Amino acid sequence: MGETKSIVKVYTTPTCPYCTMAKNFLRENGVEFIEKNVANDRAAAVEMVEKSGQMGVPVLDINGEIIVGFNRDAIKKALNIR
Amino acid sequence: MYELIIIGAGPAGITASIYAARKRMNFITIAKDIGGQAALSSDIENYTGYQYITGAELSKKFEEHAREFNIVLKFEEVLKIEKLNGDFRVITNNGSYDSRSLIIASGAKPRTLNVPGEKEFKNRGVTYCATCDAPLFSDKDVAVVGGGNSGLDATLQLMRIAKKVYLIEAAPVLKGDAAMREKIEGSDRVTILTSTKVLEILGEKFVAGMLVEREGKRKVLDVQGIFIEIGYTPNLDFANGLLKVNDRKEIIIDEHCRTNVEGIFAAGDVTNVPQKQIIVAAGEGAKAALSAHEYVQKLKK
Repeated sequence: MGETKSIVKVYTTPTCPYCTMAKNFLRENGVEFIEKNVANDRAAAVEMVEKSGQMGVPVLDINGEIIVGFNRDAIKKALNIR
Repeated sequence: MYELIIIGAGPAGITASIYAARKRMNFITIAKDIGGQAALSSDIENYTGYQYITGAELSKKFEEHAREFNIVLKFEEVLKIEKLNGDFRVITNNGSYDSRSLIIASGAKPRTLNVPGEKEFKNRGVTYCATCDAPLFSDKDVAVVGGGNSGLDATLQLMRIAKKVYLIEAAPVLKGDAAMREKIEGSDRVTILTSTKVLEILGEKFVAGMLVEREGKRKVLDVQGIFIEIGYTPNLDFANGLLKVNDRKEIIIDEHCRTNVEGIFAAGDVTNVPQKQIIVAAGEGAKAALSAHEYVQKLKK
């Protein structure tokens, strides 16, 4: 059986530095992700607020686990990165 | 036992790290993130060598520069520093490290209003980062608290996207630069309320209003977003009473970046150096590293 691939979504705004840091961190660890820009995608903005119960960016959805803000330790844990 | 531990990886901490690495000191740098507040600046036009760079790009450059020197960066949170005879112990959320000397370059964080509702509604309409969160408030009514440059900057960002912006200032006049003030005063989307105090932030799940007082009269502003831009306060909870600070809680340093404790140096926005600028913090970081190096060399003799 092969490894199951993580589904990672990152909710961002174009100007938010922590969003850039979070995306860079994922790229450096070879993690593929879908970016949802909540600044121009209203549906994504509503989805983010519903999922996270708050309005700050970035929000990461890693296989359904919601992480608010750029939190290296939480991302590593959710993705089993050492 | 390290020769030096640098706390912080903003402009001051990274520059100190580069200087310490070039002096071949045995050291580590501990920080939550690279870039510090510089990372949160939208446009930087006054860092020598760059006509224009964003905060995110400059932080990336800092990181690359640090990596070039193989600097050991630990992404941990410092909880406490302790004196051990002549040396120091740094306790983090992940362990503890001992060192002959320290450089504190832990920067500053946004000041809070300390009114009821502020904590509860943080990220539920209350935000301290206009650069990050402004786009989420398009077509909404919002308030910016603070009439200094960062408040005016937030207002300029928001008046392009929000339906209505209240700009709240406790003093009788706005303090920010005239160039920004003129743009704001000319906008019909902005209502400026000076001599106005914020009393409470209201709402259920998310922010729904803000109670303010002006000339003795109370009134509720119907806003869904509140941007708090009332300056910064040093990140120094971990130093608890060890260091001499001024009335702004900034570490008092001399021209060599020395604190009142021998062996502890400080640089950047955590100190009483009045100019809170990226390039000033970087320069102070260099000074602190050179002073720490000299100090450690003397101990070896």
